[in-house]
Amino acid sequence: MTTLDSVDPRASAALEPAARERLETLCAQLAGDPIQIRVLMPAAARLVGRGPLDPADPQGLLGATLDDAVRGALLVTLAGALAGDTDRLVAEIRDLYRFGDADEKRAVLRALHRLTPGPAYLDLVADALRTNDVRLVAAALGPYGAKHLDAETWRQGVLKCLFVGVPLSAVAALDSRSDALLADMIAAYVYERVAAGRDVPADVWRVLDVHPKAVEESGVLAELDSPYADRRTAAERALAGRTDRATTGREA
Amino acid sequence: MRIFDPHIHMTSRTTDDYEAMYAAGVRGLVEPSFWLGQPRTSVGSFVDYFDGLVGWERFRAAQFGIAHHATIALNPKEANDPRCIEVLDVLPRYLAKDGVVAVGELGFDSMTADEEKAFVRQLELAAEHDLPVLVHTPHRDKAAGTRRTLELVAASPLPPNRVLVDHLNETTVGMVVDTGCWMGFSIYPDTKMDEHRMVRILAERGLDRMLVNSAADWGRSDPLKTAKTGAAMLEAGFEADDVDRVLWRNPVEFYGQSGRLLLDMAPPEPTFAGNTILRGERASGAA
Repeated sequence: MTTLDSVDPRASAALEPAARERLETLCAQLAGDPIQIRVLMPAAARLVGRGPLDPADPQGLLGATLDDAVRGALLVTLAGALAGDTDRLVAEIRDLYRFGDADEKRAVLRALHRLTPGPAYLDLVADALRTNDVRLVAAALGPYGAKHLDAETWRQGVLKCLFVGVPLSAVAALDSRSDALLADMIAAYVYERVAAGRDVPADVWRVLDVHPKAVEESGVLAELDSPYADRRTAAERALAGRTDRATTGREA
Repeated sequence: MRIFDPHIHMTSRTTDDYEAMYAAGVRGLVEPSFWLGQPRTSVGSFVDYFDGLVGWERFRAAQFGIAHHATIALNPKEANDPRCIEVLDVLPRYLAKDGVVAVGELGFDSMTADEEKAFVRQLELAAEHDLPVLVHTPHRDKAAGTRRTLELVAASPLPPNRVLVDHLNETTVGMVVDTGCWMGFSIYPDTKMDEHRMVRILAERGLDRMLVNSAADWGRSDPLKTAKTGAAMLEAGFEADDVDRVLWRNPVEFYGQSGRLLLDMAPPEPTFAGNTILRGERASGAA
């Protein structure tokens, strides 16, 4: 099994044999001379391959793109080569993120959980969450962010996904980490949108359906009786996304 | 009309410009790194700017269906500031990036010894990274600056077909035409060139190695000058294929020498209601 197989079998299957061979050569080169990562990381997509692995996810919001996986294989190889020197590995990874373009940064974020077990890269995740690049925001909330982000930062990250249009299925461990406080924040967001006569992403119900109390306390239901038609219809459209209507006592 | 603007500073432009450019036919562009209007005082300021060119600005352009590329360099004006010169040590990291299609803008501003030193060093860096170069010719003392530029290029390891000499006009084009370098013309509302003078130069000199750009930035400039030059060409009797050659095939051929053009763009997707961040993003095919 190659490193790429272990990172993402879909990527391995998507690569032509010649490209797979090129990647294996690069990995072998890197294992012998880890500092090569500084030139191989930016060059990886043009040397091996790029593009979506899932046609339904052209931006790579829900999972790795081909270039993410290829770069992931290089990063895992680097981690193996520097296994005895964690400080050096961490410093190298941080520089790759610091000097990476958006594609390289995204690949680093997607690979973090494979590199070292601890929270050494948490500030890279925080940096990505401060950007408005949806691909970086989505990748920041992958398995590494799910494991290491504190509850407050993680909730703000999920809310940001709703704001910038990242589907919540991009968020790792959404169901197990969601709590009543996140639901309150999302319900307040829904209320704000509805009061402005605007739509909300249907994804809000992935959290709110589990926390109906947050909806009841948010003021959204009262908007169904708003004197303004745009707010009434916005409330109806928003509430139509619920799967669990009985608990609210109202039909939208 | 499909347009590739080979020189435009989108960091200084608004999303209205991106929309208008897309509507006019712009599908690809190159943003050369340059002076920001306010002098930089540290290397860190350059690094953040370079990050923006290969990060946020590429993302922003993609949302409007436009493939964004960059050229990276220490610009001539700031090559005179000792606080900035060490950026030369950081350049190799950026010259390795996808979408970085040339070293630039290089060249002269005031023709100082420090400018010449940075110019020569960066011509070498271009050769080391197998990249073409974009050379800015000075606003003042343009003829002398262009002449010295061509001497330095001739003495460099780069073949002339990997060099684009920009901001030319009637008085400087003649110096470049026989060198084998590519010739760039910046079409401005009231300085440099206008589209009708440009058409005259094309009629006199032919279309070979000729590039037209808007060079739009934070000054008085117009990101649609490429399209307006295309219209002026058609009015003057050029064929649509001639316009395509000057506004698309020539710049794609020049920067394509880098092997790093990313032109496989998906059309922009509709906005998520009420959001300034669009969902659409580059969907390039597997290489």
